[in-house]
Amino acid sequence: MSEPVEVTLSINGRDYPLRLEPRRTLLDAIRDECGLTGTHMGCEHGVCGACTVLLDGQPIRACLMFAVQAEGAAIRTIEGLAAGDALNPVQRAFIAHHGVQCGFCTPGFLMLATGVLARDPDISDDELREVLSSNLCRCTGYQNIVAAVRAAIAEMREGSA
Amino acid sequence: MKPAPFAYHRPTTLDATLRLLAELAPQEGRVLAGGQSLAPMMAFRLARPAHLIDINAVAGLKGLAVRERGLRVGAGVRHAEFHRPVVDGPLGIMLASIVRHIAHYPIRTRGTFCGSLAHADPAAEWCAVAATLDADLVAIGIKGERVIPAAGFFRGPMETALEPDELLCEARLPLLPDDTRFGFAEFSRRAGDYAQAMALAVLHLDGTLITGARVGLGGVEAVPRRVAVAETILEGKVPGADAFNAAAAAAAAAIEPLQDPQTDAQYRRELTHAMVYRALMRACPPSGAQR
Repeated sequence: MSEPVEVTLSINGRDYPLRLEPRRTLLDAIRDECGLTGTHMGCEHGVCGACTVLLDGQPIRACLMFAVQAEGAAIRTIEGLAAGDALNPVQRAFIAHHGVQCGFCTPGFLMLATGVLARDPDISDDELREVLSSNLCRCTGYQNIVAAVRAAIAEMREGSA
Repeated sequence: MKPAPFAYHRPTTLDATLRLLAELAPQEGRVLAGGQSLAPMMAFRLARPAHLIDINAVAGLKGLAVRERGLRVGAGVRHAEFHRPVVDGPLGIMLASIVRHIAHYPIRTRGTFCGSLAHADPAAEWCAVAATLDADLVAIGIKGERVIPAAGFFRGPMETALEPDELLCEARLPLLPDDTRFGFAEFSRRAGDYAQAMALAVLHLDGTLITGARVGLGGVEAVPRRVAVAETILEGKVPGADAFNAAAAAAAAAIEPLQDPQTDAQYRRELTHAMVYRALMRACPPSGAQR
């Protein structure tokens, strides 16, 4: 009753034709079927945010969606953030402001921030802090993560001014 | 942490959805909307549906429009759409302030308004809103459509008046007149956690006196509901600490509190008192400042 189905996922502009059981989550498919292990697996029930990816530009939890549901959507993962060797503004800001400690939560935070800033470049500071509460950092580096995203916002505004 | 096997169905029309639901509901079939509650329950194997009927590709469910003095929210409308007011007037502002309490941003981009109602978690914000405003909830199945008032919709924790083969296809919230005042207050241990108590107060002032007060609670009892004793106390009173304390005390005394390891009955009553008081104060700030 749970026969494998054919699914094609579009991740970072590349198509991945897959055959998998419907119960496989998008996170399972990204890591195990497509080999893109930059998206991290934390809690597998939507609490930690380590698996955050962009689905048609929106940040989502990849563990709370089945891979079959993502057919036809444009998926973006941490591997798709940089253009060649050129990091995106959020990635650069995380380095400059020490927003990375152990690094486990980092891909999720980068996808979350990139997705939210693309939609809402004028986000208020209150809203930004609320958004960044979405993901868990167990090194408790939140201050630096907030500082990094603020710096990325400033840089993006300067760049577009 | 892996869901049990299931068969996946992705209808594109409402007709096909309802036929699938009629056929598969008796075989452990369930509707999949945003999946932000169902998927974790499946990961823990608290839910083991044999069939999932995914309504994300169904045409015509994403409607969000004003008709007949009400806001109609289709089954495909996600929480994130309420981040900015979806309708002019107090209702849009109210929904935009409350949506920020629902889980976290990447959950709100997937989870749906109607899915939250159909899931009927006692601590769900939209369930408290629906109960407080006396929303009408539209259920549809192959046998037809019926409108269920919110007061009769919630039956228990994760239990509603929906039949297994019915889809909650639309929620209808009454528009609020421009002079409506409201306040919402919620307590949880961390941002985005399940609420241990929440209160929504909606009222008008006739001159200097309260009229038409609604006080709704969520996260404190098995189902969200309005608290008539608190509303009656407020009617005709001057807004302020005395009236608000009396109403909050009445609400806290009236409930049959849920209990969990973090929250015993007494603590939940105290939280209820505090949330009702804060919600009322937010509806009528003491400075007299107009909202």
